[in-house]
Amino acid sequence: MARAAVLGRLAWQFGTLAEVVQETPRVSSLYLDVPDWQGHLAGQHVDVRLTADDGYQAERSYSIASAPDDPRLALTVERLDDGEVSPYLVGELRVGDRLELRGPIGGFFVWRGEDDRPLLLIAGGSGVVPLMAMLRHRANVESTVPARLLFSSRTQADVIYRDELSRLGAAGDGLTVFHALTREKPAGWSGYTRRIDEAMLKEVAWPIQESPAVFICGPTPFVEAASQLLVAMGYEPRSIKTERFGATGGTA
Amino acid sequence: MNSESHNHARLAATTQVEEARLDGNAIGGLLREIFAVEMTAAVGTCAFCGAVNEVGRVQVYVRAPGTVVRCPECEQVLMKIVRGGGRYWVDMTGVRCLEFSEA
Amino acid sequence: MGFVSRGFRGKRRDNVSSSRVPPGQYVVTDFPVLSAGPTPHVNLDQWTFSIEGEIDEPKKWTWKELSALPADTVTKDIHCVTKWTKLDTTWKGVSVDTLMEGVDTAAEFTTVYSDGGYTTNLTLDDVTGNKAWVVYEFDGQPIEPQHGGPVRFFVPHLYFWKSAKWVRGIRLQKEEHPGFWESNGYHIRGDPWREQRYWGD
Repeated sequence: MARAAVLGRLAWQFGTLAEVVQETPRVSSLYLDVPDWQGHLAGQHVDVRLTADDGYQAERSYSIASAPDDPRLALTVERLDDGEVSPYLVGELRVGDRLELRGPIGGFFVWRGEDDRPLLLIAGGSGVVPLMAMLRHRANVESTVPARLLFSSRTQADVIYRDELSRLGAAGDGLTVFHALTREKPAGWSGYTRRIDEAMLKEVAWPIQESPAVFICGPTPFVEAASQLLVAMGYEPRSIKTERFGATGGTA
Repeated sequence: MNSESHNHARLAATTQVEEARLDGNAIGGLLREIFAVEMTAAVGTCAFCGAVNEVGRVQVYVRAPGTVVRCPECEQVLMKIVRGGGRYWVDMTGVRCLEFSEA
Repeated sequence: MGFVSRGFRGKRRDNVSSSRVPPGQYVVTDFPVLSAGPTPHVNLDQWTFSIEGEIDEPKKWTWKELSALPADTVTKDIHCVTKWTKLDTTWKGVSVDTLMEGVDTAAEFTTVYSDGGYTTNLTLDDVTGNKAWVVYEFDGQPIEPQHGGPVRFFVPHLYFWKSAKWVRGIRLQKEEHPGFWESNGYHIRGDPWREQRYWGD
C-alpha cells in the first residue's frame, strides 16, 4: 500500500459523495466512496478539481481526515464566504454527486504508526484535519505512543471534532487534548483562552530530551509563529514538520 | 507620500503575502506530475546558500503566473515551474542537488 | 465535453466577447494580487530610479525628483496572463518618454528591474511612444505594497507581468535578455491581442 502510494503519475479519479457530517456551523466532513482508491498515509492530502460547464476549472488541496484503514475517504472542509471551491463542497455538493480528485499526495507531512517517538500535534483551525487523520490512525492501530494535541480555535462552537476528540482523549491510551480559544472565554471553559505562546507550549510540549515528533498545521502565520516559538525554546528544527494552509483553507 | 500610511500599508501587505505563502506540501501534486514520484520528502541543496531542506519545508508562492519555490533560509529562487499550452517549463538552477528515494 | 461538476459555477467571470477583452480573458472587478516572492521593504528616502546600460550618461532620480517630474494620469485596461482582465484602471506616473528625453542610445532592447530581483524584458519600442510609465498612484491613492508600491512599471498594452512591481530602473541593451518569466516559458513579448502567453505562441 505504501509503495503504491508513492510511485507513478497520479491519475484523476472520481469519488462519490456518500455522506455529509456537519462538524461546526462552517465545517463539514464529506465521506466519499472512491472505487480505485489505493490507500493513503495519515497526513496526506488530495487535490480536488471542479469543472464548470464552460470548461473553467478550479483546483484545491484538502487534507484527508480519515485514517488509512477507514472504509471511506473523508475530507473535512471549512466553508469560506469568499471562497470559490469551499462553498461548492460545503453547500452545493449532494450525496450521489461525483467529485474529481487525485491522490494521495505527500511524503513529508506524514505520521506512520510505527513511529514510537512521543507525538506533539499543534493545530490552528482547519489545520487539525491531517492531525486528526494521525490520531484516528493511532487509535486504529492501538498505538500507545504518548501523544498531545494542542488545538487552537476561534470559539467553542468552531472546535472541529470536539466530541470525538473528547472520546479519544478519555480512552486512556496516552493521548491528551488541549484546547485554546482565541476569541472567546466561555463560562466554565477549562482550556486556554489566548493565542499560542511560549508559556502555553512549555506546559503542553514534551520536554526537549524526549525528542518528540512535532507536526504543526494551519494558516501560514500560525504555523510560523508556533514553529519559531518551539525552535527558540530549543527544539530540534528537523523534528518539527509543518504544513501551511492558504487563506482558502486548503494548501492552494 | 505619507510614510506612516506607507508603513501601515506595508505591514498589511506583508501579512497578506505571508498568508499567501505556502510550503512544498502545496505542490506535492504538481511535482508528482513532473517527476512521477512523490517529491515532498525529497531533499534539496540551495545553490545560493547551501541550506539543505526537504521539499516540504521550502517556501512556495502559488499565486503567480507560475509557481515560485524559494529557500526558507535565504529566500532565493530554488525552482520556477510554469505550466501552459500543454507543456511544463521547469527551472531548477537554484537547486544544486536533489536527493530522493527510489521507492 | 468531459466531466462537469454539477452545479459548479466558480468565481464571477464574464466571458463576454467584447472588443476590449483580448482572446481567452475574462473580466474581473476586484484586483487580484499575484506574488512571486516576499514584498520588498522599500524606503522612499533611499529609493532611486535609474536608466543605465547602453547610454552615454546614466540617469538617476530620487523619489523627490521623480515625483516632481511632469506626470500623466492614464486610464487603461490591464490583462494578466493568468486570464483576468480589469477594465478602466487609472494610474498616475511619469511617462518613460519623459525619462528618456535627451537620451541617445543604440540599444533596441531593455531590461526593467525591481527590488527583490524580478526582471522583465521589453523592446525600446514597447516602452516609448506613450506606451509605458513609471507609476506611483492607482485610483488616486499611493500604490499599495502588494500591488507594487510605492513605484511600479506600467506598460498596459502587454500582459501585466511586464508591468514590474517595485521597479528600480531600466537597463538599455543591444541584445535581448529574457526576464524572470520570459526565460521560463512565458512569451518574449506578451501581446494579449495575439495571445502571446507562452514560448512558441
